Formats: sequence, structure tokens, C-alpha cells
Amino acid sequence: MQEITESKIIGVSTPRVDGPLKVSGIAKYASDHHFPGLLYAWPVCATIANGTVTNLNLSEAEKMSGVVAIYHRANIGPLYRVPPATGFSLILDEKRPPLEDDVVRYYGQYVAVVVAQTVEQARAAAESVRVTYSRQKPDVSEKLLGSPLTTEKPDQKSKRGDAASALQSAQVKVDEIYTIPVETHNPIELHASVAVYDGQKYTLYETSQAVVNHRDVLAQMLGVPTEQVQVITRFLGSGFGGKLWPWPQSILAAACSRNLERPVKLVVSRQMMFQSVGHRPAIDQRIQLAATPDGKLTAVGQDYVNHTSILDDYDEGCGEITPFIYSTPNLLVTGGLARRNVGNPTAMRGPGAVPGLYALESAMDELAIALKMDPVALRLKNEPEVDESLEIPFSSRHMKECLTVGAEKFGWSSRTPEIGSIKQDGVTLGWGVAACSWLAARTETEATVELRQDGSARVACGTQDIGGGTYTVLAQVVSHETGIPVNKIEVVLGDSALPPGPISGGSWVTASVTPSVLEAAQNATKSVLLAAVKSDGSPFKDKKPDDLEFIDGTIRLKGQSASTVPMSEILRIARVKSVSGSGKSQGTFGEAKPKYSFHSYGAQFVEITWQPEIARLRVSRVVTVIDAGRIINPAPARNQIEGAVVMGVGMAMFEETMYDPRSGAPINNNLADYVMAVNADSPKIDVTFLDYPDYKLNALGVRGVGEIGLAGIAAAITNAVYHATGVRVRNLPIRIEDLLAPKSLSVA
Amino acid sequence: MELFKLVAARNIPDAVKAQAAANTAQNGADIRFIAGGTNLIDYMKLNVERPKQLIDINGLSLDRIEKTQDGGLRIGALARNADVAHDPIVKEQYPVLSLALLSGASPQLRNMATTAGNLLQKTRCVYYRDTATACNKREPGSGCSAIGGYNRMLAILGTSEHCIATNPSDQNVALTALEAVIHIQGTKGQRAVPIAEFYLVPGTTPERETVLEPGDLITHVTLAKLPTGAKSTYLKLRDRASYEFALASAAIVMKQEGGKIDFIRIAMGGVGTKPWRATEAEAALRGKSATAENFRDAAEIVLRDATPQSQNGFKIELAKRCLVHAMSQASQAA
Repeated sequence: MQEITESKIIGVSTPRVDGPLKVSGIAKYASDHHFPGLLYAWPVCATIANGTVTNLNLSEAEKMSGVVAIYHRANIGPLYRVPPATGFSLILDEKRPPLEDDVVRYYGQYVAVVVAQTVEQARAAAESVRVTYSRQKPDVSEKLLGSPLTTEKPDQKSKRGDAASALQSAQVKVDEIYTIPVETHNPIELHASVAVYDGQKYTLYETSQAVVNHRDVLAQMLGVPTEQVQVITRFLGSGFGGKLWPWPQSILAAACSRNLERPVKLVVSRQMMFQSVGHRPAIDQRIQLAATPDGKLTAVGQDYVNHTSILDDYDEGCGEITPFIYSTPNLLVTGGLARRNVGNPTAMRGPGAVPGLYALESAMDELAIALKMDPVALRLKNEPEVDESLEIPFSSRHMKECLTVGAEKFGWSSRTPEIGSIKQDGVTLGWGVAACSWLAARTETEATVELRQDGSARVACGTQDIGGGTYTVLAQVVSHETGIPVNKIEVVLGDSALPPGPISGGSWVTASVTPSVLEAAQNATKSVLLAAVKSDGSPFKDKKPDDLEFIDGTIRLKGQSASTVPMSEILRIARVKSVSGSGKSQGTFGEAKPKYSFHSYGAQFVEITWQPEIARLRVSRVVTVIDAGRIINPAPARNQIEGAVVMGVGMAMFEETMYDPRSGAPINNNLADYVMAVNADSPKIDVTFLDYPDYKLNALGVRGVGEIGLAGIAAAITNAVYHATGVRVRNLPIRIEDLLAPKSLSVA
Repeated sequence: MELFKLVAARNIPDAVKAQAAANTAQNGADIRFIAGGTNLIDYMKLNVERPKQLIDINGLSLDRIEKTQDGGLRIGALARNADVAHDPIVKEQYPVLSLALLSGASPQLRNMATTAGNLLQKTRCVYYRDTATACNKREPGSGCSAIGGYNRMLAILGTSEHCIATNPSDQNVALTALEAVIHIQGTKGQRAVPIAEFYLVPGTTPERETVLEPGDLITHVTLAKLPTGAKSTYLKLRDRASYEFALASAAIVMKQEGGKIDFIRIAMGGVGTKPWRATEAEAALRGKSATAENFRDAAEIVLRDATPQSQNGFKIELAKRCLVHAMSQASQAA
């Protein structure tokens, strides 16, 4: 593919084309859709986490005003499972269709659903359904390493050399366990489904990060051909991975609409968000590092266990980054799953890498301390030449520069390693660092670009903008190729009827769509040239398309600016409203034998403030340097990193879904009791993009920035906390009670 | 939420009469006053409160904040938290109240929430909120799920084996340190209840939180003038920097004379089943100098009888540090 090095619009901060729609309230989110005759559904949630429904008493609920129907196992009608599929298709995390049997396997599992005229009536009736259970003790225990797994032995994820022997004979060693609690995705937009069934076709307005997969899954579960299902998500109030795959409420809404032949809206409550739409699993990780006295890693070991639900296997994949981030001759990564009475976990921003790097980068800090070595120097010393796990070259890796540029910007050279040794304005400062990485990939994508007689363009792709700026990026790419200004380019996304595009996950949308959109735009301009040489009355009639060029929305003979004619004029002469071109690009994700190791890299530098006299810990400053290929739109890209950093503050210091061990209920199931970072917790954030194009991934050299900003932040914070307090927190989140431990008791 | 009737009270006697027909003025009241709605509506949505009737008292002109003849302050029951917090007299003479209010909730909530509504703010115990669980406060006799459950945020002072729920308010801690008097219009006329006598500890009846009876309408709160030279402050400790209930908070009013403390009031939030006044510690400090050692000794007295639960033992040390720091701030205030 030809590298694109020059552009007037790629790399230029461009205001979001969807911004005015959002700030004015015109943008329609899934639950904003209303239709004549719309009914409202409210699920009945199990109040046990393990057992069987023995009776549903509907007598009170059925009589309540506005109630249209109450569905449960016996009357919901046919719902099917999705067949086992190979490759990247037909994905959902909770594979059991809702109401399939009477067994309750997690707290909040749907056992019935009420449909009524208003949402208040539906909710009141749902809460009046009396459910009788045969109860069994739920297992929501937090300890995972050492508890029974779904497999006889942990899975071997990556291996080279002999890690066990190297660890045994190591001169310097770290061997610690790091734990992460359940974190719940809490986008402000609740999961919502508005299902419209007209007797033939389902039109589903969904909160989806993947409309094409959502359509395919729903068609299977409803037992109809895919062309009878259309899934639409024009805007998403964010998802963080929680909205990648369909969840039971979507299937319930569609089934209710089918049964009643009326439009049905189902919006889950905040409480249900903690129960039945996924979460990042609880994870235990044991990290073992061995090094020579001068800091060369000789072995890396990582054993993780994450919890999963009773029926489904969700593997967090915490060892994704470990095999290639550092150079070491010996390495062993294993992973296992332990079943608990919880809803199925799912991907949360940076799955695998974020929890994995929390543990690995904490252990690297502990190793640096054991070696009496600067933690930046330790990482620089163990920089690999190639991806040692696959023995292939990196496509484009600038980890060392991330670390050195970050250290320079942060002022790292003035750091004194002694605990509590940096003071400023009466508070103790702690400085911590972590490295990070995230995969780079493309998935198969199709797109169309239309050029119109009025001088505007339209680009369409069945991907979605989940808030990251995809609308604007596509406009920029079309503008780059055609010269048509961004404000004259209509971008159409979020509809499964469009040419299939990537899921909004893996940070790979931008890398995936740009090649196909470029190709579609090129083909559209070729169509204009064809019209120019074929149409009667055209000044270029009977020339060859190859004699012409398309520049900045105009057509001319190659190199002859005097001959320039606007595209709109050619299309007017040709009497066509528009011409179009399509593009299709292949994926790299999941390649059996990749030629290059494609990843993004970064370094996170964190400053915390610590006031022992009031046990107050705050993150005050973050410097983050990101090597994520070429940045198409710097302003929203920076937003992605900043938002991820704030999410990292929450991960490190606040977020934890607590399960009551007696009932199995996620008990802090609201935004007051589930503590997340708020504006006042947002530190000063300095974001730098190294901006090295990765031309081995695509012609523009773009990778993606949705997730990498979160990776490493939690470890950088706990490392900084150790530097300030002497307390090593290995169980997230960091709690005030951890810091009241004797070591930090002394009031400065 | 269940269907309910909403009526607007035209005047105070009407309001009193209407609510006097209620089964109780405590948890589970079937007739309730409503003002800002920032708390009651939440609990109605959760089916924790199921009133059949709401009496809207927003039209009763009880929102004034004005000086009293003896130099104190009268705060109307309907004065919004934001208006009280930003009132010039409050900021000047009772900074502890302004600071406490501004440390709570969010600007939007403070714009709606009222003084009397805040006095009656419900606990944030997660089991009180969840009708699927046992809770003696919500359903007397059903048991306390918090003991042995998720209790990190809950009380260590004033608890009983029936209830360990915390009073979550910041305002009420400041009002306790200011010895506010709560003025109530009831069926038998007006009465004035000192805040120290207004709240009840749970004991065997955690559903009863205050001395209010059916028909009792809080009309206003009065604050006496503080001694000349008294300083006051509020310190709130919590996990995140904003928009969270206190793990521990302290309201301090202090005056020093000749290097000795001659006037001191101490109240704590986040640790008690009611806003916690520490009179014994106050007595111990009177006549002493304002030193870290004396403050720490006083803090030890406040927490001496603390009863920690499975997850909140850390609050004992945290509360002590909170007290010491707040007292030293008050002692150094210009």
C-alpha cells in the first residue's frame, strides 16, 4: 500500500462534526426514539443469586393499571441460542437466551418482564410480581488464585525458555499477588432497546458498540433471516466495552415487540447495570520477576485467574502484553477461570492489558526498588529488539522515547527515591511511572462514498461512533481524498443496513475504516472522471479517464489548471444526482502468521499528594506519552487519553463493585455508593503523541487511541503511593484504610 | 413507586392538620411533607417510602434567612441549602455551616434541598435502600443486614445491635456544633427543640429517628450569636474529592482567651447514628491550651466508646485525625 505522508486535513485538529447535534440535544440516542403505540417493558429481577424459581405469582401485577402483558419462561415464545461460530462473528457474552429455564445463576437475572402503557406502570407491576425461590448459597467469593478452575490446570498462554529454573536461581526476585475487584461499566447512558416489529421486520434502536454483530445475533436468537433485522445506534452515551455485545434486555425487548406487534422500549435501571450487562471480572494475578543485579530480566512469570459466570467462559486475557513488552529469555504466562454466581463479565476498556499491566508494572516497580535502580532505567534496560514471543519485528515501536520524553516533561530527574522524600507546600508528593501497551489491528471493513451534484459528499459505514470521534475522522479522510471540505461531508454510521464495518472495540475502528474509506473515495472520484469523459456536453468528452485528475473537488486535464471544472458541474452535465464508489479492506486481527507485531506504546508518569494528618490522597499530575501511530484528529484523540487517565484514577482509588456474600447481590449498585472519579478528582493531564505513522498497518499509518490511555495508570498511581507513603497496595482500589497502616502513621 | 396524591398546603395550619392524619412522622409515614424532593423522591422510586399523600409545602413562605433581635440567625425551613451556604451572615458569623453545606451533594442538589429537608435526610446505608434485604429501620423487626455485611460507610458511635446506619448530613453536624434550635409547629402549638434533643439513637427502635410526631412541621431553625472572637470550621474526609458522603467529618467552634481554650464545641459526622456532639471532650479541653497533644487527647475521648464493625474499624483512627486537624485549623483561624 502506498504511504500517505502529506495532507492538509489529516493530523489537523478538527471540531467534531456531530458536536452541534449533541450540545443542542438534536442527536437521538437509542432511548430517545418514540413511536405511536409505544409500550414500555420492565424486567422482574431475581433477588437471589443461586437457586430455582418455584413460583411466579402474577395475580396482583396482572390487575394493575396499564399492564398489557407479563412474559416469563412459559409464554415468552421461541428464543434460540446462537450457533457456535468460528472467527469474529455472532458474539455475545451471555449465551443463554433470557427466561430459558427456571434456574437462577446470578443476582438480578431476569425471571419475567412486564409490558405496560407507561414506564412507571411497568415498573410498579414488575415490582409487584411475587417470586418464590428454592434458594441455595451463592458463591461470590473474592479469592480466585487457588480456588477450583473451569479446567483441570491453568491454560498456558505464552512460554519461552524455562521460567521456573530461572526464578529459582535468580539473584534478585519479586513474587507477589495483585488483585483487582469487579468494576462495573457506568456510562451515563443506560443500556436501552427500542424494538419495533411490524409483523415481518424488526427495527431495533439499540445502545450498541457493534450494530452488525448485534443484528446477526438477534436474528439468530429470534430465528429469522438477518435481512429481517435492522439495528440502529446513531449515537452512544458511551459504552467502555459494556455495549459491545447484546445483553438479555435487548432480546427481551424484541421478543415483547414480536409477541404484541407493538413497539416496545426497555431501558435498564442503574441497579440493573450492576447485574446483567457485564462487568470487568475480579482478577487475581501472581507475578514473578527475576533479574540480574544490574537489572536485566531473566524470567517473567504471570499466573492469573479471573472469575466468570456459571454458564459462560469469559477469559480476561491478562497476559496479552506480558510476552512482548520486555526482553527476557524465560517467560511463562498462565490463565484460568473460576466460576461464581455473577452475571457474565465482559470487556472493559483495555481488557486484559489494563489489569495485566497493573500487576506487571507494579511488580516492575517492586523490582526496581529491590535492585535500588531507577524504575525508568529498569524499563529502558529491558527494551526488546523484536517481539520475543512471536520472534517477529515490531511494526513501529518507540517505547524508549515514550519513557525518555515523559521523564523529561515530568521532571523525573529530580526524583529522590527515598520514601516520603519529596515535599511541596506542606504535602508529601509521590512520583510513580508505568509503561503501557495496547494492540493495534484492522478488521475487515466495507464503506461507500458518494459524491453529489451539489458539491457535497456522503460516506457510509456500518460501524458506530461511541463518542470517540469516528464521525469526524471519516469526514477528514474523505476530505483528504476528495478536497471537499469537512462541513460538506455527511457521515452516516450506526446502522446494520450499511456496508459492514468494525465493532467499536479494540481501538481499531480508525485503523480499520480508513483504508476502505480511502478506497471508496478513490473509486467515487474515478466515477466522476468516467462521467466527465462519457457525458455529452462535458468539456472532457471523449478523453480517457487516465488523462484527467481529480483535485480538491474539481476535474482537470493532468497538470493543466486552466482546464479545471468543478465536480458539481460535471455531475450536472451528466444529469446524475451523485456517483459513488465502494471500498473494502482486509483485517489483520487474528492472523495466524503475522509478519509484524502491531502494538501501541506509552509511558505514564503520575504525581500524587499525600497528607498523612488527614489521610488524604489525591492524584495531582499526570504526564502521558503515547506512541499510537499517526494521529488523525489530535483534539479528540487527546480527549480519549485524558478520559482514560481519569478512568484510571477511578480504577486505582475508588471503583469496586461489592457483592454481599450472603445474597450475592452487587450491593453498592448506584452512582453514590459505587464511587467513581468526579471532576474534582481529575488531575492536571499532559498528553503527548509521538505521532510516528505505522505504515505497515495502513496507508495513513494510524493505529487507535481508545484504550491505551488507561493502561498503566493504576500501577503508576500505586507506585507513586508507595513512593510517598511506603505502603505497597496490591489490592485495588487503594483505600484510606490501607494508608492508615503503621508505616504511614507518622504524621510529618 | 406507588400512586400517591399530591396536595399543596395553603398555610401552616392546613399543612399541620393534613399531616396530623398520618400513621407516623417517622419511616413509613403514609402522609409526608415534600419540599426540595432531593431525598424523599429517591426513596419513593425505590419503594422504601410509600406515602399515599404528599403535602407540598413549597408555597408556605418559610424560606427567609434573617437576623434575630438577639444577634442570632433565623433560617426558614424552606431556605435552600445553596442560599444558606452563600448567605453573607452565615459566611461571616457561622462559616462552619457554610463550609458544611458546600461540602455536601452537588450544586444542583443544593439548589433544591432545603434546611428542614436536610435535617431529616435519610441514611445512605445500602440495605435501607434495598427492599429485598432485611432492615430494622425500614421494616422493624426484620433484622440488620449491615451488621456482617457491607458496612464500611456506617456508624461506630451510637449504634445498637439493631441498627448501625449513619446520619449522612453535613449540615446537621454544623448545626449540632452551633446548638441550633429547631422550631416546630404541631397540633398542640409551637415548640422549640434543641438539636441535641431532636435526634434519637436507634436503640431498639431504629425506625424512629427524631422526636417528630404526626402533624409536626418544622418552620425554622435558630442559631444563637456566637461569643465574640469564636472561630468555626468544618472538615470532611472522604474517598474522592467531591460529591461523596463523609467517612468522618468534624464541625468545630472554638474561642481562645489568654492562650487557653475558653469556648469549644465539637460535633462529628460520618461516624454516628446521629450528628455526634462530643461534650465530654469539650469539657476536657476547656481551659487547656490549643496544642496537638490536647487535641489528640480530646479525640481519644470522643472515640473511646466506638464500636467498629467488620469493615469500618479504620474510622476510629480517621475520625481522630479529622478532629485533631479540624481543631488545629480552628485554633489557627485568623
